[in-house]
Amino acid sequence: MERTTLDLWVGLFVVAGLAALFGLALKVSNMDSFAGASSYQVVASFDNIGSLKVQAPIKSAGVVVGRVSNIIFNNKTFEADVTLKLNSRYVFPKDSSAEVMTSGLLGEQYLALAPGGDSQNLVNGDKIKLTQSAMVLENLISQFLYNKASDSSKNSSGSGATATPGTNP
Amino acid sequence: MPTDNLIEIRDVSFGYRDRPVLKGINLTMQRGKVIAIMGGSGCGKTTLLRLIGGQLRPTQGEVRVDGKVIHRLGLTDLYRMRRKMGMLFQFGALFTDLSVFDNVAFQMREHTNLSAEMMHDLVLMKLQAVGLRGAQTLMPHELSGGMARRVALARAIALDPMLVMYDEPFTGLDPISLGVIGNLIRRLTDALGLTSILVTHDVEKSLQIVDYVYFISNGVVEAEGTPEQIRASTLPFVHQFVHAEEDGPVPFHYPAPDYASDLGLGLAK
Amino acid sequence: MKPSKENIIARIGHRSINSIWEMGVTARFLLQILWRSGTSVRRFQLVIREIYASGVLSLIIIVVSGLFVGMVLGLQGYQTLQTYGSENSLGVLVALSLVRELGPVVAALLFASRAGSAITAEVGLMKTTEQLQAMEMMAVDPVARIIAPRFWGGVISMPLLAAIFSMVGVYGGYLVGVVVMGVDDGSFWSQMQSAVNWRDDVLNGVIKSVVFGFAITTIALFQGYDAMPTAEWISRATTRTVVNSSLAILALDFILTSFMFKGM
Repeated sequence: MERTTLDLWVGLFVVAGLAALFGLALKVSNMDSFAGASSYQVVASFDNIGSLKVQAPIKSAGVVVGRVSNIIFNNKTFEADVTLKLNSRYVFPKDSSAEVMTSGLLGEQYLALAPGGDSQNLVNGDKIKLTQSAMVLENLISQFLYNKASDSSKNSSGSGATATPGTNP
Repeated sequence: MPTDNLIEIRDVSFGYRDRPVLKGINLTMQRGKVIAIMGGSGCGKTTLLRLIGGQLRPTQGEVRVDGKVIHRLGLTDLYRMRRKMGMLFQFGALFTDLSVFDNVAFQMREHTNLSAEMMHDLVLMKLQAVGLRGAQTLMPHELSGGMARRVALARAIALDPMLVMYDEPFTGLDPISLGVIGNLIRRLTDALGLTSILVTHDVEKSLQIVDYVYFISNGVVEAEGTPEQIRASTLPFVHQFVHAEEDGPVPFHYPAPDYASDLGLGLAK
Repeated sequence: MKPSKENIIARIGHRSINSIWEMGVTARFLLQILWRSGTSVRRFQLVIREIYASGVLSLIIIVVSGLFVGMVLGLQGYQTLQTYGSENSLGVLVALSLVRELGPVVAALLFASRAGSAITAEVGLMKTTEQLQAMEMMAVDPVARIIAPRFWGGVISMPLLAAIFSMVGVYGGYLVGVVVMGVDDGSFWSQMQSAVNWRDDVLNGVIKSVVFGFAITTIALFQGYDAMPTAEWISRATTRTVVNSSLAILALDFILTSFMFKGM
C-alpha cells in the first residue's frame, strides 16, 4: 500500500491520543499501582465503618497496600462486611488487625492494617478477626463529656481546678 | 427475445407527492442511436432519466432496459445493471476531493481488480478521447465548465457502458464548448456503439446531432420524429419550441384570474 | 411544515412533533450507517483520510483550548483552595474536573463546531452538486463509500481528542499551580494520583467521549445528507449541526454522569 504524508499525520495523531490516554492512566490516576498487579482478597467485619467508601486506600505503616473493593451490610450479624483487595506483593500474618482511620481531622477515611505475630499469612478468602470500628465524632464527644461528668461527681472535693461544673447536655 | 430496442417505456406514470409529472408515457429507444428528449422546464425529462436509472419507481407501468424491468430488480441486480449505464449530470458532478485522473478511475477502482498500470492506460485512453489527457492531475475546481463536462463524459464511459444518459449537457456552456460536447456525444456513440439519451432544451444543437427526438409536454409524448420531421412539423407546440416563440400552446402567463378584475377595474362596473 | 400564524401552542406542538420525527429518522440513519460499514473496514484507507479531516485538523484548537482551560482551572482552583489552606489538593481539582467533565464535554463542543460543521457542509455540497446521485448511478452506495468512513473517522478521533485535551489541561494547571503559584510539585501529582481513579474517572471519561463522538458525527452527517440541495439549506444545516449536537452533548452528559457517578 502506498504511503502518503496524510498517513503520517494520522499516525502522529493516533500516537499522541494514545499517549494522552496512557498519561491519564499512569500519571494522573492510580492505575500503575494496581492495574494488572495480582491481588488477593480478604474480608473484615466492622460494627461501624463510618464513611469508608469503596476504593478507599488500605495502608500499613502509612504505605498503600491495597484498596477496599466492596462493602455490604451483613443481615445476619448486623455488621458491615468489607472486602479488602490487597496487592500480592504484600503479605500479612493471619492475626493482623484492621482499623478504620481518618487522615487528618476531617480528611477521607482509610483502612489501617496492623500486622500481628502469627507465623501463617493471610491468603485469599481469609477473614480478619480483629477489627476496630471507625471513630464517630458524636460518640466521641458524648463519651468525653460523660467521663468528665462522672469524674467531677466522684471527687468534687479534690482538684477543683480541672472540674467543670454543670455538664449535663 | 433480444429486440432492437434497448429501452422500452410503457404506460409509465409518476408523481412527486400529489403533483403528477408523467401520465402514462410511452417511449422506445433503439440501440446505437442518439435520442433526444425535449420539453419545457419541469416537464419530467430528468424524472424520466431517473426512472431509467432505477433511482425512482414508477407508480404505474414499467421501464425495460435491455429486456429487464428496472423497478423489479433487486438491489444487487440493479447495481449490476447500473454498471452498464453511464450518466453525465448537469454540471458534471465530479467528485470535488479527487483529481481528474481519480475521477475517471473511480468506477474501475470500485468495481474491478485491474492492475495499476492497466488502469492508468485505460484512464488515459478515456481522457484522450475527450481531449483532456493533459489535465489528468488537475482538481475539479481548476477546470472550466466545458472541461468539467468533458471529464464527466470520460468518467461516464469509463467502464464501456451500453447506455449513456446526459442530463442537460449543454447548459451554461459557451458556443465553442457546446459544439465540442455535442460532437463528442455523436462521435463516442458511433465509435463505442453506445446508445445515448440526451435530455435537453437546446433545440438547435441537438437537432444537428441526434437520430430521433421525443417532445414531452404535460406528462405525455407530444411529438416525435427524426430531426427533419421535427423541423418540418406544423404542430403548434413543436413550432413554438423549435422557433423559440414567446407565446403559444405554452403560455407566457402563469394561470391567473382576469387581469382587469385583479387590478380592481371590474368593480367599477 | 411551515408554522402558520395560528397560536403559539400549536406552533410549539408542531415543533416538538417535528423534532421527535427527526430524532427517529436520525436513529434509522445511524442504523443504516452501522449496517453498511463493511466497506470502511475492508478499505480502512478511506477511514484514515477522514481521521485526518476531523481529527488531525481539529488538533490545534483542542490543544490550545485544553491548555487555557487547564490554566484557568489552576488559577481559580488555587485562589479558592488557598483560603482553606489546602492548595496542595490543586492537582486533584484540576485533574478530576478535566477527566470527568471538561475534557470530554468541551472537546466534544469544539469538535462539533470544528469538524461537525465541516462534515455537514461537505456532505451537503456533495448532495447539491449531485455527486451523491452520480455515485449511486455508478453503482456505488454513497452511504457505504462517503457516509460510513466519515462516521468512523469521527468516532475514532473524538476520544483521542478528548484525552489530548485532558492531558494538555492537566499540564496547563500544573504550569499555573506549580510553576507560577508555587504549589508543591510532589503533592500536586501524588494527591492527584491518589484521588483520581483509573476506572471510575478516566475510563468513564473515555466512554463519555465515545458516546459524544457517535452523537456528533451522526447528527452532522444526517444534517448534510438530509439537506435540501441548495446553498441556503446547507448554511442552515451547518448551523443546525452545531446547535443540535451541542444540545445533544449536554443532555447526554447529564444522563451519563448520573449513571456513572451515582454512588460518589
